[in-house]
Amino acid sequence: MIRDAITVSAKDLRLETRARVVLTQVMPFVLAIVLLFGFALDADTALLRRATSGLFWTTVLFAAVVIVQRSSAVEQQDGVLDALRMSGLSPGGIYLGKVTALFVQLLAVELFLGLAVVVLYDVTPTGIALLTVVALLAGLGIAAAGALYGPLAAGTRTRDTLLPLLMLPVMAPVLLGGARAFEVALGRGVGGGWAWAGMLGIFAVVYLALGTAVWGPLLEDT
Amino acid sequence: MTEVHTSTDVGAALTEAPSGVPAARSASHGSTGSRGTRILGVISLIGLAFLVVYAFVVSKADVELGESIRIMYVHVPTVAAAYLMLLSNAAFSVWALWKRSTFADLAAHACAEVGTLMLGLTLICGALWGRMTWGAFWVWDARLTTTALLFLMYVGYLAVRNLPASARSRTVRSGILGIVSACLIPVVNRSVEWWSSLHQSRTALGTLDPSISGSQYFTLMLGLVVFSVLSVWLVMHRFRLGWLQEQLDTHGVDDAIELRRAEAAQPS
Amino acid sequence: MDPVVDLRAAVVLLGRFPALAGVDLVVDAGEILWLAGPNGAGKSTLLRLCAGLVPLQSGSAFVLGHDLGADRRAARRSVGLLGHATGLYDELTPTENLVFWARALRADVTAVVSALDRVALIERVRHLPVSQLSEGQRRRASLAAMLIRRPKLWLLDEPHAGLDAGARDLVDALCREAVAVGATVVFASHESDRARLLATRTVTVSGGMAGVMSPS
Repeated sequence: MIRDAITVSAKDLRLETRARVVLTQVMPFVLAIVLLFGFALDADTALLRRATSGLFWTTVLFAAVVIVQRSSAVEQQDGVLDALRMSGLSPGGIYLGKVTALFVQLLAVELFLGLAVVVLYDVTPTGIALLTVVALLAGLGIAAAGALYGPLAAGTRTRDTLLPLLMLPVMAPVLLGGARAFEVALGRGVGGGWAWAGMLGIFAVVYLALGTAVWGPLLEDT
Repeated sequence: MTEVHTSTDVGAALTEAPSGVPAARSASHGSTGSRGTRILGVISLIGLAFLVVYAFVVSKADVELGESIRIMYVHVPTVAAAYLMLLSNAAFSVWALWKRSTFADLAAHACAEVGTLMLGLTLICGALWGRMTWGAFWVWDARLTTTALLFLMYVGYLAVRNLPASARSRTVRSGILGIVSACLIPVVNRSVEWWSSLHQSRTALGTLDPSISGSQYFTLMLGLVVFSVLSVWLVMHRFRLGWLQEQLDTHGVDDAIELRRAEAAQPS
Repeated sequence: MDPVVDLRAAVVLLGRFPALAGVDLVVDAGEILWLAGPNGAGKSTLLRLCAGLVPLQSGSAFVLGHDLGADRRAARRSVGLLGHATGLYDELTPTENLVFWARALRADVTAVVSALDRVALIERVRHLPVSQLSEGQRRRASLAAMLIRRPKLWLLDEPHAGLDAGARDLVDALCREAVAVGATVVFASHESDRARLLATRTVTVSGGMAGVMSPS
């Protein structure tokens, strides 16, 4: 299964480097959101600085929906889904491969977003260790959930509108955990930032387990 | 292609339906009622009547919260009924995926619909109660926020159910979604509660947990029972509605096979 | 010897529609079977059934000894299906596609080059994204993907459609080579002239059932 995962993630990442969707579409989208939030909060720099953690993770979630849509759209082309079924790849391996590829793309987006926020909202990053761990765990959780919800909403005319509805409510814990932990790291929050990181880890593990278990029927029957 | 069936035809077809499902026998009248549901319906109605009496007349107003506590007699039962429905949905979803059972699939759908309805009612009652007690419809308290998220999750479930897709695809997708959503409930619950506890120090509101006793306690228990029975009654009707729909859809299969074969005899 | 394909009263539903309404079909090893019949007769569904891609509603289906009623994934590794779709990722090159599918199959990655050689896919095109290839070139690439699988049962849905004469000859040659090493070929086609020359036996499919015509 791990070998299959490596094969699939390599394929997905190669597709991404070829199509460069994250670079040319998602990152500008993210930048646009950062700017729009600035307008929405009337360029009140003090307010923006205070609200950075929440705005950061909200933006990540919106970007994640787009990336997940792209990831599942890739498999809808031209008979590729049938070919995957015939390929002998284990469904769990395909799932983990897609999670890995999503994870890498999300990390790239988070990094870019972090830079944007530091520059545009005048934030000084502190508590780098906590920031990094939380970014990794939250990214993993979002990827694990996205690789599961993508096919659930895929292959239908209403895919584009359905996926946000499926993904976003479920991501509330990630938003909570990420935002609160970032606040602690940036010296603004109360409570245990590392405890939130732990919760994010649990979220990721739950989704990884669920996804690996149910991807078989999902591949076959939808 | 197939002729329009009269209700007696439907009835006849349904009574021939395989597997000893009580729905088939009782639905022979072309409705979703039966002795079982009539009994449950009557119990619900009487129970509701009692509940109204107890809630408004017999039980005393609360020491701290005054008359507004009477909403609790609906608010708490609806959320309890909702959780009951959602857990049933999860169980039926597992069964539907495992055994490929149409019965379980339809039952899961019915439970999800009633559960979502109950969640919606909970939100409305909670908002009203908040308004009466604190003057604001929404104060971001943990339980109501969790309820709102769950409500959205299951609206999503219903949306997936209504996607245009083959029956098998629908069963698998919603079955998986039902299981995944149920697994997420505790995670969402915990994180929202934890987050809310960080806010406790900031507000003087606390949670809506009045200490109750005597007639209030009895009324609450009565409410729990009544709404549970009501939910089961709704589920049974909704399930049967789905079952009838399913029967109508599949009834033509044998005819369709014959017609298909007949194509072979025609010159192409 | 056991037949490669053994279908009895096989019924396959697509949604509510009985695409196959009770098919009886036996295919022995080494045959090249032509499925003839009008549009909408169920030929594509029949091929997909043999590939294990659609569930069996009733009846029995055995492919290469595997019971598709019990587990329709069992025979997939030994079967190759080539339909109207390419089964290739548009943004990757043919080489990259084949390497991916070969790795997925745990097949020999070095076989990729020889497969592309066999289908005579010109060198320049092997490193272009599939989206930039012509229809014929894409079909050749898909055939190469088939070759890598080394399937014991070839299922081809309209393999000649949209190809020039050279490519059609290639398809015929590959079928004959496959049979020569012990595989079996079942194909659906509207190109009667070519099909008649290629096939060792013909079966007509219509109304979701199969009837036998005289061996050609």
